[in-house]
Amino acid sequence: MIGDQIEVKILSTDGDQIKLGIVAPKTVKVHRSEVFEAIQAQNQEALQTVDLTGILKNTKK
Amino acid sequence: MLVNTKFLGKVEIKGSEILTFEQGLLGLPENKKFILLALDSDLPLALLQSIDQQEIGFVVAFPFAFKKDYAFDLSEEDKEQLRIEKEEDVIVYSVVTLKESFQDSTLNLLAPVIINNRTKLAKQIVLQDNAEHPLRYSVNAGAYEGSAK
Repeated sequence: MIGDQIEVKILSTDGDQIKLGIVAPKTVKVHRSEVFEAIQAQNQEALQTVDLTGILKNTKK
Repeated sequence: MLVNTKFLGKVEIKGSEILTFEQGLLGLPENKKFILLALDSDLPLALLQSIDQQEIGFVVAFPFAFKKDYAFDLSEEDKEQLRIEKEEDVIVYSVVTLKESFQDSTLNLLAPVIINNRTKLAKQIVLQDNAEHPLRYSVNAGAYEGSAK
């Protein structure tokens, strides 16, 4: 158990592979860390500076 | 106060316009104060600019203009953190990853930016990872009216 409401279960084992399941109330969001990492990387990619002149109407400097 | 922006030079803003991201943005936990600035464009885009760092400026888009059926629920935790009382106070934006040609750009529908326009609190939330709201949704996919193809 993690805290009072979150349960980590072993769903199956296969040799040296273990499948884990998380049981949590609907109010608690459960995400694999890869999702957060992918979003962080996407935010960084979105920060790459690109020329906006194709998007802006007024391109006078 | 004067803010140095990424794309719009120095802009004068009012303190009351400042948005507070208590947790920053994903990957940028230290950047908590932002301002939303209009971009002079035919497209429904804006600039989400960090007050403290000029380079931290995101082009964001009004997602429903690109995907009409984009929908999600806010968790109780998110509503409490942003002190949301009414649906009308909520504004949603998606971070745009711009490419050299706008048509190749994508929207992050998986992690929308939620703003409570009344309290000026904001947060980038994470939705369930599925095909309905992907991390990279092509701006072309919804055939946005007004885009010249």
